Amino acid sequence: MFAMRSGPMSRPRPPATRGSGPPAKRAAAGAWQDAVFERLTQGFALAVLATLGAILLVLFAAAWPALAAFGPAFFVTNVWNPVTGIFGGLAPIYGTLVTSAIALAIGVPVSFGIALFLTELCPSALKRPLGTAVELLAAIPSIIYGMWGLFVFAPWFADHVQPLAQATVGEVPVLGALFQGPPSGIGLMTAGVILSVMIIPYIASVMREVFDLVPPVLKESAYGLGATTWEVVWNVVLPYTRVGVVGGIMLGLGRALGETMAVTFVIGNAYKISAGLFNPGNSIASALANEFNEASDPVHRASLVALGLVLFVLTFVVLALSRLLIARLEKGEGGRA
Amino acid sequence: MAVAVIVLSQRAARLGAVSRPSGVFVARVLAGPFAAALLSWTGNALATDITGAGATFPYPIYAKWAAAYKEATGTGVNYQSIGSGAGIAQIKAGTIDFGASDKPLEAADLAGAGLLQFPAIIGGVVPVMNLEGIAPGQLVLSGAVLADIYLGRIRRWNDKAIAELNPGAPLPATGITVVRRSDGSGTSFLWTDYLAKASPAWKREVGTGAAVAWPEGVGGKGNEGVAAYVQRIKGSIGYVEFAYAKRNRMRHVALLNREGGIVQPGDAAFRAAAANANWSGTPGFGVVLTDQPGSGSWPVTGASFILMHTKQERPERGAEVTRFFDWAFRNGQAMAAELGYVALPPSLVVEIAGLWKREVGGRAGNPSRNGG
Repeated sequence: MFAMRSGPMSRPRPPATRGSGPPAKRAAAGAWQDAVFERLTQGFALAVLATLGAILLVLFAAAWPALAAFGPAFFVTNVWNPVTGIFGGLAPIYGTLVTSAIALAIGVPVSFGIALFLTELCPSALKRPLGTAVELLAAIPSIIYGMWGLFVFAPWFADHVQPLAQATVGEVPVLGALFQGPPSGIGLMTAGVILSVMIIPYIASVMREVFDLVPPVLKESAYGLGATTWEVVWNVVLPYTRVGVVGGIMLGLGRALGETMAVTFVIGNAYKISAGLFNPGNSIASALANEFNEASDPVHRASLVALGLVLFVLTFVVLALSRLLIARLEKGEGGRA
Repeated sequence: MAVAVIVLSQRAARLGAVSRPSGVFVARVLAGPFAAALLSWTGNALATDITGAGATFPYPIYAKWAAAYKEATGTGVNYQSIGSGAGIAQIKAGTIDFGASDKPLEAADLAGAGLLQFPAIIGGVVPVMNLEGIAPGQLVLSGAVLADIYLGRIRRWNDKAIAELNPGAPLPATGITVVRRSDGSGTSFLWTDYLAKASPAWKREVGTGAAVAWPEGVGGKGNEGVAAYVQRIKGSIGYVEFAYAKRNRMRHVALLNREGGIVQPGDAAFRAAAANANWSGTPGFGVVLTDQPGSGSWPVTGASFILMHTKQERPERGAEVTRFFDWAFRNGQAMAAELGYVALPPSLVVEIAGLWKREVGGRAGNPSRNGG
């Protein structure tokens, strides 16, 4: 999805070495094959672009009734009333951003720790099983995460973590506002935590792979100078790999933004905006999953599609920002080198 | 991801159906794209089998009837529970042989789309709760009190309004957590319809619908989602289909109906609600069975409706639909009771057969020639 370091679009043609005919004939056949192959792969690549464009077009067309009826207010008001047919999608947009932010806030440091341990500190006998385990986490279907979240995690979270958090951090003046809400185990915070578990394998495996790319010579010289493991990671490994690390984080964020089933189970599905993260909320993907089937009113349906459009644009913006960030980082590196 | 799925399935839908106006096209695509493609495909492949789609509320009983019918007659009935809204869109688009909806269509809507409507099964919605020290069926609530709870006006279990209905019950000062459906559903339609009939404030502020702007609470997806939340959250109250509550032995609440009778949910109470309804006087049998007269009537009872075209393009399929339901009405009562549903009263069945005869074109109006 995110190519870490994509080269320029050049196609070096390998010399034709196969076959046994005279060289000229062989070359002609090779050129013909190459041409077909080129067209074919080009077709595949363009199909992606065409699909993307078609998605955007269809989304926009289907969302138009809602956008025309409510205008920009759709994105900044919080009403969702299928009975009166008035819709404003701020609550799910807010919920999507907040849960993804929580997921990153927890997921990035943990993934970093996992990758760091696996590449720098782990005994080699453990390296492979641990690495495989992390990747296996990524293979678990999201509905399983949702059910685990609802039946196992939420009760535990409600009984042990939430009361404790409210009694301690919850009393702190400004920060405390984040920890308000009924400690039922259902809400934005739970959704964010579940999401973080879901994105950790993605971020961790990308980080691990790019950490492994750091030339041993660099690390060894740093160790040779007396640097601690932390200093090596912070001053050598991370600067060398930050483009890849950003790519990995964006991959995780992309998944968090669009995750549906797991979030639906634990977010509470209430069109509410509140600072307290223990309150129920809603996310775009969850709202779509819940309401599409029974949305028979055209404006209701259009509003749901408009939410889908928002999600699309949001993901696109995240992608574009990460590209920008990577480009800037690469430029900085070029300047230094 | 979701975005991509929508568009891909739109393509699938386009491949699946042959011709239809563009408005319906969008409706179909958005309502149940996969089902559309799938249904029209199976429709072409298996000429003798019939397909229906719609409400999730009666799905268990339709599925059971279909299996028994297949055994008895060899004709398969494929029912997809894609939701009432989607079911209506599908039958209007003509991709299925019958649609199913928990919310009856208005007479004008039926006439406009060339559809006829009849009820097929009756069921109930029951409030369930999670409160220490209260036995199932011990707590009594009225529609007005339930509406106030769902409006967020009653916030504690020991509220005066609840205590008045339950003298002597050990009501704790626990806060009430409201649980409701997050997905649009016929169950929510019946529930909100009842609350609107029982409380002017609910009618004014929230209204009736498969999905509404819930002023309070957390939303669970499907009956199982609501059940999970209610079982999880202490002091919570929710509502699920009776069949579901029964299977999962949930702690239900008794209701005070409009004639002052305290009723427990069950066969007899649902039957009483259905018996007191004015079926023949309502176009399309479109009676919503909530808040019916009769001191033994369960106030959140509802029928689930079947929709089919009056003009059948392929009369043999229309005939097969009426034959199936005719068979189910004659032989399906025991299966319905087993699953917590109630079969239609015999007088109503006779009226429905009359409707088929009058209104369904071709041979379809005469289902009884292969008897039950």
